[in-house]
Amino acid sequence: MKPNIELISVTKEYGRTKAVDVIDFSVLAGECLALVGHNGAGKSTLIKMVLGLTSPTRGTVNVFGYNPSHIAFSQMRKKIGFLPEQVLFQNNMTGRETLEFYSRLKGVACDDLNDLFRRVDLFQAADDRIGTYSKGMRQRLGLAQALIGSPKLLILDEPTSGLDPSSRQNVYGIIHEMKQAGVTILLSSHALTELDDRIDRVAIVNKGHLTAVGTIPNLRHNIGLAAEIIIYGTDISMQSLAQHFSNRFSADCFEYNVAHLHCPMNEKVALLKEIMALNISFTNIEINDPSLEQVFMAYTKAKEPVYA
Amino acid sequence: MHRIWTLVTKEVRDGYRNRWVIMITLVMTVLALTLSFLGSAPTGSTRVSALAVTVVSLSSLSIFFIPLIALLLAYDSVVGEAERGTLTLLLTHPISRTQVILGKFFGHLFLLVVATVIGYGVAGVIIALSSDEPFMGAEWASFLKLILSSILLGGIFLSIGYIISSWVKERGTAAAIAIGVWLSFVLFYDMGLLTLLATVQGDVITGDFVKWVMLFNPIDCYRMFNLTSSNATALLSGMGGLNADQRISDISLILIMLSWVIVPLIAACAIFKRRQL
Repeated sequence: MKPNIELISVTKEYGRTKAVDVIDFSVLAGECLALVGHNGAGKSTLIKMVLGLTSPTRGTVNVFGYNPSHIAFSQMRKKIGFLPEQVLFQNNMTGRETLEFYSRLKGVACDDLNDLFRRVDLFQAADDRIGTYSKGMRQRLGLAQALIGSPKLLILDEPTSGLDPSSRQNVYGIIHEMKQAGVTILLSSHALTELDDRIDRVAIVNKGHLTAVGTIPNLRHNIGLAAEIIIYGTDISMQSLAQHFSNRFSADCFEYNVAHLHCPMNEKVALLKEIMALNISFTNIEINDPSLEQVFMAYTKAKEPVYA
Repeated sequence: MHRIWTLVTKEVRDGYRNRWVIMITLVMTVLALTLSFLGSAPTGSTRVSALAVTVVSLSSLSIFFIPLIALLLAYDSVVGEAERGTLTLLLTHPISRTQVILGKFFGHLFLLVVATVIGYGVAGVIIALSSDEPFMGAEWASFLKLILSSILLGGIFLSIGYIISSWVKERGTAAAIAIGVWLSFVLFYDMGLLTLLATVQGDVITGDFVKWVMLFNPIDCYRMFNLTSSNATALLSGMGGLNADQRISDISLILIMLSWVIVPLIAACAIFKRRQL
């Protein structure tokens, strides 16, 4: 499948500072890819290059097969919806006037704006001045603006930044709808945890470098972080367990009535089977996979990019 | 073309919403009326028409006021939108950076046209109605030239304002530079020229030299255009003694002022195109 977005060895320098350092990735048609990284990691710079707002110092960016910095890309912009990280719409305009303005710029009829307002749950406030909107309402208005003209590519820079859980849910609901409709989505976030199950792939960026690209399950699996099995039982059962695993786990892992056993993710099932086969009675067993936060932190420290 | 029009209508609407147009028009009308009536008081003994006095008085007002208004309108048009985050959003739409500058320019120019035509027009009409003798065609022509050239003067400083706004990264810097530019053209340029003339005697600096140096200041072009626009205005403004060969034709002055609009506007577009967001 042909990628809608393709970055080949892209570097962006601002003076002596390298905001992006030799990054390659692509987003296939209909795919949802999240750029994840700390503040200042280079996510917004990557998005600006994809939008043609700034040119790479070296390397190539292609969007729908065109160089987005080239003047010929102008007509492709009709197919793109963009939500900036922070946009301060004019307080003295109403929500409807704002969307009408951006519709006209896109060359799209303003007839179905009510549908957009309903989708982002702003229909009642459509004719109110933006000055009266809450932060969540403004963000939803921004999202409605990005959806004008049924875009084929949606680029969302920190779409849930600063929103309460309910508004976040709303934003991800709309992203899900767009994904179902086959829209290609590139979004950025600094929280890997809230992206689980909501995106196809993730690209982790740290200090301008790409440290990993892949699905969340694969990234979690490939980083080599240990899973933890916690076993609760009596002191006798713990002694039996410690005796069995004495050559693999240190005595520190076994306490009076609880054992903490760490193993690679791919050995977790085998270890569990082995424990159950011992026929020792336990009161409870907990299995903890590494959290997404731990996975994210581990990848930000990776020296070489991981493709999972 | 419709995208430029979309931006023009937005700028005009913004101008009305944030009371810019009303404020500018009111201030210009009040000042124009005050200057007109105060300025026309002594005409009884000079036998010069009140409208000619009004043209001379309003020219002096415009020299200070119109560049200031134009710079205030233009200085944050790009950098202000960049700070608010709306510039990035605007440029992700199918609109070129040149179209953005042109849309803002025509929108702001429209605001200036409304303010100038209403402000000066009202003053002209009231002076005409309150005058004992009807004005001659040449006097009205001078008055129309004043309005036209005032709009051109506004356009010049809008274009210069866009250069500043496209160049700098912060609104505060843009405001400081705009004030510097205003002071330089309105005050320092002529002060410098006068100092030069006073220091170096007329033998070294010829009249032609002074004339050409003045053309590099759009405010001096505007002044020359209006203060020599009729015999009456020339007489009142002290330009009557100017030799015919020292005068520059109206067409030439209009063309020079138009260049002062177009060249900075092209420069602003070029700078804005290179601006990294």
